[in-house]
Amino acid sequence: MRVPILRLGRVLLTSILADLTDDQAIQLQGEILALVRDDRADGAVIDISGVEVVDSYMARLLNETARMIRVMGGEAVLCGMQPFVALTLVEMGRECLEMRTALDLEAGVEMLKATIADRDAGRPAALVPPSA
Amino acid sequence: MCDRQVEKTIRLQEDIIGARQAGRDLARAAGFGTVDQTRIATAISELVRNALLHAGGGLCRIAVETTEASATLQVTVSDDGPGIPDIALAMQPGHSTTRGLGLGLSAVRSLMGGLSIESRPGRTTVVTSMTRRR
Repeated sequence: MRVPILRLGRVLLTSILADLTDDQAIQLQGEILALVRDDRADGAVIDISGVEVVDSYMARLLNETARMIRVMGGEAVLCGMQPFVALTLVEMGRECLEMRTALDLEAGVEMLKATIADRDAGRPAALVPPSA
Repeated sequence: MCDRQVEKTIRLQEDIIGARQAGRDLARAAGFGTVDQTRIATAISELVRNALLHAGGGLCRIAVETTEASATLQVTVSDDGPGIPDIALAMQPGHSTTRGLGLGLSAVRSLMGGLSIESRPGRTTVVTSMTRRR
């Protein structure tokens, strides 16, 4: 199963509609990262409302994806988590999921934009190249 | 007494999804709620992935036993891999020999309520179960 990645302005949107195999999840990770780089996207909102199981492997992959996007200069937000998935994640261990999360896709996009705006506003002036 | 039982061979990544779906279906049929179904499916996912990663595959048996007072779902995952050298260490949260979060076995224990492991080179059997009142 291929997971489509859409583009809304400078934000990537992807909706995982069913449980993925490990390889499918890694493929999606690679595609998101490639799009952040090639399309100069500000970040990605990953909707997991169709995912019924987030085990420790999937949690690690999501954390890793978010961290990689951040290292590249973008942001990532996870949204749409089913309540029973949230409960199992909490039971599995507190540090299980380190990503920013939002209730739904709309809130996820808002959060991503706000996070990027905050970050850019807080950037020290010294980092802005002096005009010659 | 065993009401229903499903055996799944684990050889491919797709089998991880198949095994946890089988567990969810059995749990639902036995009257477990959505949260318990998810706990069970997640625990199965951790256990069969361990078998796939460390032993190249294995067998997952899911059995449901009901009495007048309760229903118990038991998951048994066995493999013929190298075995777990230090079970106490493997149970610790954060311990990982592969690229996981290292939460696998400790997660199963907290999701299901209990976990028993027998392991020697060539044979590892992990059993976990969940009981609900009827």
